[in-house]
Amino acid sequence: MGKLDVVIATDCGSTTTKAILIERQGDIYRQTCRGEAPTTVEAPFEDVTRGVLNAIQEIEELSGRQILDGERIITPADGMRGVDIYISTSSAGGGLQMMVAGVVESMTGESAQRCALGAGAIVMDVLAANDGRLPHEKIERIRNLRPDMVLLSGGTDGGTISHVVELAEYVAAADPRPRFGTGFQLPVIFAGNRDARSEVERVLGDRTTLHQSENIRPVLERENLAPARHVIHDLFLEHVMAQAPGYRELMSWTGAPIMPTPAAVGQIMQTIARRQNINVLGVDIGGATTDVFSVFSTTGDDGLSAEPVFNRTVSANLGMSYSISNVLAEATMANVMRWIAIDIEEADLRDRIKNKMIRPTTIPQMLEELQIEQGVAREALRLALIQHRALAVGLKGVQTERTLSDVFEQAASGDSLIDMMALDLLVGSGGVLSHAPRRSQTTAMLIDAFQPEGVTQLAVDSIFMMPHLGVLASVDEKAATDVFERDCIVYLGTCVAPVGGSGKTGEACVTYDLEVDGAPGIQGSLRYGDLEVIPLADGVEGEMVLRPARGWDVGAGAGQELRTRVRSGVVGLILDGRGRPVHLPDDDDARRECVTRWNQALGLYADTGEEA
Amino acid sequence: MAHAYTPGLRVTRDAVLRRTRRLPMQGKVLGQVGDTVQRQQVVARTELPGNVRTMNVINRLGISADELPTFMLKSEGDAVRKGDVIAATRPLIKWFKTVVEAEIEGTLESISSVTGQVLLREPPLPVEVLAYVDGNIVEVIADEGVVVETRGAFVQGIFGVGDETCGPLHMISDGPGQDLNPDAIDAQCAGHIVVGSGLASYAAIDKARQVGASGVIGAGIHDSDLRQLLGYDLGVAITGAEDIGLTVILTEGFGRIAMARRTFDILAHCHGQQASLSGATQIRAGVMRPEIIVPDLDRESPADDVKAGHSGGMGEGDALRVIRAPYFGRIGTVGRLIADLQQVESGASVRVLEVEFEDGTRAVVPRANVELIEE
Repeated sequence: MGKLDVVIATDCGSTTTKAILIERQGDIYRQTCRGEAPTTVEAPFEDVTRGVLNAIQEIEELSGRQILDGERIITPADGMRGVDIYISTSSAGGGLQMMVAGVVESMTGESAQRCALGAGAIVMDVLAANDGRLPHEKIERIRNLRPDMVLLSGGTDGGTISHVVELAEYVAAADPRPRFGTGFQLPVIFAGNRDARSEVERVLGDRTTLHQSENIRPVLERENLAPARHVIHDLFLEHVMAQAPGYRELMSWTGAPIMPTPAAVGQIMQTIARRQNINVLGVDIGGATTDVFSVFSTTGDDGLSAEPVFNRTVSANLGMSYSISNVLAEATMANVMRWIAIDIEEADLRDRIKNKMIRPTTIPQMLEELQIEQGVAREALRLALIQHRALAVGLKGVQTERTLSDVFEQAASGDSLIDMMALDLLVGSGGVLSHAPRRSQTTAMLIDAFQPEGVTQLAVDSIFMMPHLGVLASVDEKAATDVFERDCIVYLGTCVAPVGGSGKTGEACVTYDLEVDGAPGIQGSLRYGDLEVIPLADGVEGEMVLRPARGWDVGAGAGQELRTRVRSGVVGLILDGRGRPVHLPDDDDARRECVTRWNQALGLYADTGEEA
Repeated sequence: MAHAYTPGLRVTRDAVLRRTRRLPMQGKVLGQVGDTVQRQQVVARTELPGNVRTMNVINRLGISADELPTFMLKSEGDAVRKGDVIAATRPLIKWFKTVVEAEIEGTLESISSVTGQVLLREPPLPVEVLAYVDGNIVEVIADEGVVVETRGAFVQGIFGVGDETCGPLHMISDGPGQDLNPDAIDAQCAGHIVVGSGLASYAAIDKARQVGASGVIGAGIHDSDLRQLLGYDLGVAITGAEDIGLTVILTEGFGRIAMARRTFDILAHCHGQQASLSGATQIRAGVMRPEIIVPDLDRESPADDVKAGHSGGMGEGDALRVIRAPYFGRIGTVGRLIADLQQVESGASVRVLEVEFEDGTRAVVPRANVELIEE
C-alpha cells in the first residue's frame, strides 16, 4: 500500500461509536484526537454509518482536519485534508453470536467453543451428542436462539461419522433463521471429520449456506483452529455484517476488513506477547459482557517452551451496567460487600444496583456509589477469570506419559494454562477500569480480582483504544505498536505478591532490596496482611532482590531468593503481603477496618473523604 | 461535543401511536387497511411447526443404519398417528417379528440411513396475534401482520414484568408518593389495572393478584419484593414472559420513590378508562420499555406523532428527572448546561448540568444522571 501518515479508526460498539485519529509525527505514530457519538444501528436510524460520521465530525472539530467531504471520507491525506486509510471494528447489534457443536462436549465441543471465541464470537450454546439433552430440546434450542452462524465440528479425521451427521440433522430439523435479513440462508461451517463432509453436505446443503473447513481437531492431540477462524471472519463480513443496517455501505469505506471488536483486542494482546516474549492476561470489562484474553507459553513434551497459546473467553452476562445485577446474583451479596468499607444496608445496596441495571448509562456522583461499583467490578472480573481458567486448558482426552514429578505437581492434560505465577503482564480495559477517577483504583481492582502471584506488571488501556489498534496491526504493525506503547497503555506499576506461608498477621513474609537506577537503595520487609506502595516515579526501573520467608514463594520456589528487574508505573511499586487467596476477616467491623487500611495504603479515596 | 443525547421516557396525554403486530413466521393476515380493530381481536394467525421427536429405530429393530430404508413401512412426509407401525422386521417366523410404533401423532419428517434415526414432527401449534390496542389498521405486512394506529394517553414505564394485558385503570392514590395500600385493593379491582403513586410492595401486588386484577402500576418497588414476586433474582433486565398472574409496571425505579406529578395526573385523569399494558422491558442495545396506552380515538385536537424510545437533545428549561443518588427521583428542569468538565464528589471529571428542582433549589449533577421527561 501507499504512504500511511494519517489514520482514522472507529469502533462501533453496542451503544457508542468511538473514533480516534492517528498521525505520523516524524518516525513515530501518535494518537492525537478522540471523538464519540451514539451508535445508530438500531431504530430510529438503522444505519451504522450515521454514528460513524458523527464521531468523525467530532474529530474534525477537535483536530481542525477536514476528513469528510459530505458523507465521503477523503483519501489520501493531503496536508490538513483527508486521511490515508479508514479502518473499523464492530460489536454493534450484539456482536457475532454463534452456536457451536461437537461430538463430545469436553473434547470437540470445547475445541469448537475455543475456535469461535478466538474469532471474536459470543458462543450462545455448545451442542454435543453427549450433552444430556433430548434431541427435541436441542432442536428447539437452535431454533429459539437464532444464531448468526453455526460451527459444526466433531470427530477426528477417520473417526465417527454417524454422530457428526446426527448433529447436522438436528441443525437441519431446526431450520434456524438468522437474526438479520430474511432473504438468505443461515451460514454453517463444517470443520469436523473430513470423511463426513459428503454426508453433511447431503443433510445441510439445501437448507443452509454450508462452508467446509479443515477439521479443528484432526487428531486428539492437536487443535487446528486457524482455518475455521478465518472462515468465521469471512462469513462474518459476507453474511452477518452485510445484513446489519448500514454495514454494506460502511464496508465500502474501510481500507481493511472490519473486525469483530474482541478479535481486534485479541490481535493486539497477541502482538504484545509476541513482541515482548511474555505471558499476557488481558480483560475488557464492558456494560454487558466481560472478555478475558490470555497468551501463555506452555512447556512442550521435550521440556522446552512451545508456541504461545492464545485464548479468549466472553462472559456474556458479567458487566457493569446491563449485567450488573447478574454479577450480584452470581457472585452473591456477601462477596460484593466484602470489598466495600462503607456501612450500607443490603436492601439499599440491592435497590441501587437494580437502578443501575435499568438506567445503565448513569455514573456514580457520590464517592460511596463509586466504591460500590468498584466492589461489583472486582467480583465481575473475578468470575470472568474463573470462567476463562476453565476454558483455557490443555487438550482433554489426550493421554500423556507421566513422570514421578508430574504426580506431585498433579499436572495433567485438561488443566488450566493460566498460571498466575508465570504471568508477566496484566492489562485492563473497559469503562470502570479505564475511566476510574484514580489509577490507583484501577490497580486495586485488578489486584483484588485477579490476585496476581509473584512479580507482575500491571497496565490499563488509557481511553479504550485497543480495538482500533488491533485492526491497525493488521494493516501496519509498527503504527499499532507505536501508538500502543505511547498513548494506549498506561503502566500502573509492578505488583510483588508472595504466596504460600502460614499466614500469621504481622509476620514478615518477604524482605527486599531495591536498587533503583541512579538513586539510593531501598530496603524493607513486607508483613503478612499488609499492602504497601513504594512511590517511585512513573517509568523508574530498578533491580530488586526478594528473599521470601520460609514457605513463601515469589516465583523462584518456596523460600528461594529471586533477583528481578522491576518497573514502576503511575501508581508505583505495589507490595501485596495479603497472601493468596486474599483473606478478609469474618467479623464485619474488622473487615471494614482491614479494607479501609488497604484502601488508604493505595490512596484510593483518601482525600475525597474516605472513612478512616 | 457535537451531540448531547439523553434518554427520555414519554409521558403524554395525547399521542398518535403505531404498533406493529407481527407473527413470528409467515401466516394469514385477518384484516385490511382501514379496518377498525379492538384490543383483543385476532389480526393474524399461523401455525408453528410442531416439536420434533427422534426415534432410534435401528436399535429397536437390531439392524444397521444402512438397512433402515428397507425396513420402513412409512415414507418421509407420511402422516402418522400415535401407535402406527412405522417400521418392522420381516423374520421367517412371525412370532419373532419386531415392530416400531410412532410415539406421537404427526408427520414423518426424515429417515436417516447414516444415524439410523427417524424424525417425527408433532402437529403444528396455532399462533395468534391480537390487535393489543383499539385502533385502525394502517398497514398490512403481507403474510406477517398489521400495523395498528391508535391515539390517546401514552406513558412509558422504566421497568416492568409480565405480558401484554388490558383493562380499565383504577387509581387508588390521591396524590403522588402514596404507597399502594393492600387494603384499598378489593373485589372491585377484578379485571382492572390497579394504579398507585408510590411504592408497590409485594403485599399489594399479591393482593391485586388474589382479587383478579390484570395489572398493577406503581412508582417504585424494592428489589427484595421483586425477587419474592418472581421467585428468583433477576440478573438481566429482559422481561415480558413472566408467568406471575398479572403485569406490573413501574414508572420510576427501585426503592421508595414518588411518581412524577405529570405521570400521576395523566393516569388519574384516565381513571376508569380502558388501557393496554405491556410489561416487556429489554435494557440492551435497542432498548424496550414497558408502556401504558389509554386510547381515546374520538379526540379531535392535534396530537404528537410518537416513536417509542426516541432520544433527543437537551435544552434549558426541559423537564427532567434525576436518576441517580444523591438526588435520585427528584423532578426539575434544566437550569444551565455547563460546557466544561467538572469534578464531582466521586473524583471523576464529567459533563454536568445545573438542575432547578420543583422547590426552587439548584444542584449540579452529571448529565449522564438525568432523564428527560418528554411530552
